[in-house]
Amino acid sequence: MSSNAPVEPRRTALDALHRSLGATMTDFAGWDMPLRYGSERDEHNAVRTKAGLFDLSHMGEITVTGPEAAQLLNFALVGDIASVGVGRARYTMICREDGGILDDLIVYRLANSEYMVVANASNAQVVLDALTERSSGYDAEVRDDRDAYALIAVQGPESPGILASLTDADLDGLKYYAGLPGTVAGVPALIARTGYTGEDGFELFVKPEHAVELWQALTKAGEGAGLVPCGLSCRDTLRLEAGMPLYGHELSTDLTPFDAGLGRVVKFGKEGDFVGRTALEDAAERAAGNPPRVLVGLVAEGRRVPRAGYPVVAGGEVIGEVTSGAPSPTLGKPIAMAYVDAAHSAPGTAGVGVDIRGSHEPYEVVALPFYKRRK
Amino acid sequence: MSNPQQLRYSKEHEWLSGAEDGVSTVGITEFAANALGDVVYAQLPEVGSTVTAGETCGELESTKSVSDLYSPVSGEVTEINEDVVNDPSLVNTAPFEGGWLFKVRVAEEPAELLSADEYAAHTAG
Repeated sequence: MSSNAPVEPRRTALDALHRSLGATMTDFAGWDMPLRYGSERDEHNAVRTKAGLFDLSHMGEITVTGPEAAQLLNFALVGDIASVGVGRARYTMICREDGGILDDLIVYRLANSEYMVVANASNAQVVLDALTERSSGYDAEVRDDRDAYALIAVQGPESPGILASLTDADLDGLKYYAGLPGTVAGVPALIARTGYTGEDGFELFVKPEHAVELWQALTKAGEGAGLVPCGLSCRDTLRLEAGMPLYGHELSTDLTPFDAGLGRVVKFGKEGDFVGRTALEDAAERAAGNPPRVLVGLVAEGRRVPRAGYPVVAGGEVIGEVTSGAPSPTLGKPIAMAYVDAAHSAPGTAGVGVDIRGSHEPYEVVALPFYKRRK
Repeated sequence: MSNPQQLRYSKEHEWLSGAEDGVSTVGITEFAANALGDVVYAQLPEVGSTVTAGETCGELESTKSVSDLYSPVSGEVTEINEDVVNDPSLVNTAPFEGGWLFKVRVAEEPAELLSADEYAAHTAG
């Protein structure tokens, strides 16, 4: 970044609407996004018990097409993307040659030779550059579609009913981690049953010029069901309760998927070589035999809230570090995810605390996730 | 958002009531409560302790962050709001009323506080 000129934040197609709703806005990866509209706890609870509406247009869409699109993605990413059926989606990662995580991704197979890769806003350019570089020699095209889509999510137990009132698409037949093209409120949309909240829900990829119309239709359809607009603040506490990692917190280039406890996304058995294979084989062995640190859940006994970067302590020694922490609306207590030394990582391990600005507060080590919805 | 005229305000977004029998009440403003988001934990000074104008005397935890609480006045703490300790969301729902934080026997009249209008101008930028 050589320019010293102030960078204008990017605004989504729903920007004016958020402001008219009185949203508190925040900078997120260069985007001006809604942090909350009212009480973030009320928004959180609405998603757990009814439904919430999110603008996620900052997410980075990259389209990969061509006869060798599947082969390219199998080489560029750690998952077996060629095995994903048309209309299905897969959670996966893109790693460096040394195994470090560049980003975590959802890949949708839209057609036999067409995929949509959805990257985190903060990493979209990095992912785009890496895919473009790795596409050399493959008969496939990598296309920057970040400006081609707005993304609206409706999440929560009431979301299927709300969406069903606006579309003829077969939602009952749409499984978790599946996506199909359809029409919602008269607007063409890719309807995906995905999310980042730990609840049932949908993500709707539409053209930016249709975003306001769709948002308003969903708001109206959800009126009687308790749907409320939700900001990124509650999205963070929802994903934390669900034990889902956030890039820059639980995931980074310093960690491999195995270090993050997500080795299952790496498919060594797939056809062909892939970027990071050798380093990841070593990382898998290390994680199985002698893991350096392990990602765990922590639940507070008191009321002080752990924050990212706070040391985890036991017997006066630092044994780890908090990666994400927040007051959990569902548990009614502060919770955190943290990397801790393997010796202290078993659920129920006694004597673990978090150093909260100089005072050691007791914490219970628990298995992730903190919250799992009843199906 | 309106700041009660009868209160005085610090630039750190605390308010101070006029003294009754030498005791004033302290809270945070609606502006500050909105900026914090849902307050989930209030660590207040202990009854009997001494607070000093402009110095930290506690903290407020919200979903996204923790913020120091500054005393707008010097003196001895005579009472804390147990309702807020038990239900910190009062700070959000009634910052100027039921969400008050603590009471102080004022040792010295604070000099640098703002009127409601001056505080409104301070937060307008």
